[in-house]
Amino acid sequence: MAQFSFLNLARNALSGHRNWQRTWRDAAPRDVYDVVIVGGGGHGLAAAYYLARVHGITNIAVVEKGWIGGGNAGRNTTIIRSNYGLDGNTSFYEWSMKLWEGLEQDLNYNTMVSQRGVLNLYHSDAQRDAFARRGNAMRLNGVDAELLDQAGVRRLAPFLNFDHARFPVMGGLLQERGGTARHDAVVWGYARGASDRGVDIIQNCEVTGILREPDGRVSGVETTRGTIRANKVGLSVAGSSSRLADMAGLQLPIESHVLQAFVSEALKPLIPGVITFGAGHFYISQSDKGGLVFGGDIDGYNSYASRGNLPVVEDVCEGGMAVMPMIGRLRMLRSWGGICDMSMDGSPIIDRTPLPGLYLNAGWCYGGFKATPAAGWCFAHLLATDRPHETATAYRLDRFETGHLIDEKGQGAQPNLH
Amino acid sequence: MRIPCPYCGERDVQEFVYRGDAAVSRPADDKGFYAYVYLRKNVAGVMREHWYHAQGCRNWIEVARDTTTHEIFSSVIAKQTAS
Repeated sequence: MAQFSFLNLARNALSGHRNWQRTWRDAAPRDVYDVVIVGGGGHGLAAAYYLARVHGITNIAVVEKGWIGGGNAGRNTTIIRSNYGLDGNTSFYEWSMKLWEGLEQDLNYNTMVSQRGVLNLYHSDAQRDAFARRGNAMRLNGVDAELLDQAGVRRLAPFLNFDHARFPVMGGLLQERGGTARHDAVVWGYARGASDRGVDIIQNCEVTGILREPDGRVSGVETTRGTIRANKVGLSVAGSSSRLADMAGLQLPIESHVLQAFVSEALKPLIPGVITFGAGHFYISQSDKGGLVFGGDIDGYNSYASRGNLPVVEDVCEGGMAVMPMIGRLRMLRSWGGICDMSMDGSPIIDRTPLPGLYLNAGWCYGGFKATPAAGWCFAHLLATDRPHETATAYRLDRFETGHLIDEKGQGAQPNLH
Repeated sequence: MRIPCPYCGERDVQEFVYRGDAAVSRPADDKGFYAYVYLRKNVAGVMREHWYHAQGCRNWIEVARDTTTHEIFSSVIAKQTAS
């Protein structure tokens, strides 16, 4: 595959951009692979890419029931950050942030990583103390965090509703290295890198069954495009993890829930980074096209329907109006829903399963996008070595049984409240 | 989404609190507690589930709802189905 460079761009411009090659190869399935990864989203393609680049395993198929990046990779709000406070999370998400920081050079693909800052607002003394504690945990782990007072937030975002009677903006916890990335480009960048190294990306290929040997070992998948055998099968299908696990006779500590997201009409540059409201669930950023991209809570009931209901639309918009009333006259352009793997403690799972040959990357709740590079890296490490990567040792499937939960919110086993 | 409450009639989903899969049942002893608390069938299709009509009659109800379409087929007061 030709490398993208200024010289290459100039050469193609002279020929009217008619000679660009296809970015990646749309493959037909072969009978046997070393590794089959189910799910052609960011996570699955990143895992295939790192398996090939880091571990030298290239006889890989990524099977996708629709088109790559058409699931949650195309439905998120593109935010990247590593502002987690608990052991087990902090180092993993920071590893992801470090991979984001080098991603474009690594992939030779413009994933539009923009470290424009993520600002979590606080609205009470108690919340300031909690944010200070989280910021300190981050800094102790080598992650950047800065606690801003109200004047500090005013300098960044003077348009906020600082003097709100019920929820005044008192300050915020800022991670300057956080920001946004272009979700489609992330998917295509990983697809291109994997395809270049020999990985088969197979679209319109839905898994309908998981092959088991008499000894219980998993040895491949049945698909709508035929049987594919493999030594190792990795599931990376957040939203549908339970459905795939069920094909292998496993139940997971996961419920599927719908999360909605929204985009407004395009505006001139207005919001400098990502801003989150601390007194309700509302987060907002501005895309490079100018639309305000925002979201809030999940709907709160089990759903595979990829669309939500109006009470949450109202709730999200109320949150927005509380923190930045200036958006009141803005028109909402589109809204959509994605299906999230809501795990029982709000944290993900990257682990082997009780079935030899079957590996699981699941339970990302509504935070999977920011984790894409590290989830791919760690899932690749697990698939290649049968051991968890050092930053993902806490993401075990059996932690719910052993009591080693990672519950950032302190919510308990109630997936619709994480 | 509107939930048909057997006592109050059809009401906006906002009046209800969701509790989830009605098929899980509390085991008599410690054995089985892990599965009861954490493991879910996570049905794609018609699922029986518990809702609490917090802003209405305050009954717990059991609703049969398709999780792939949000279509609701039946609802009964939960204690009538309790064994």
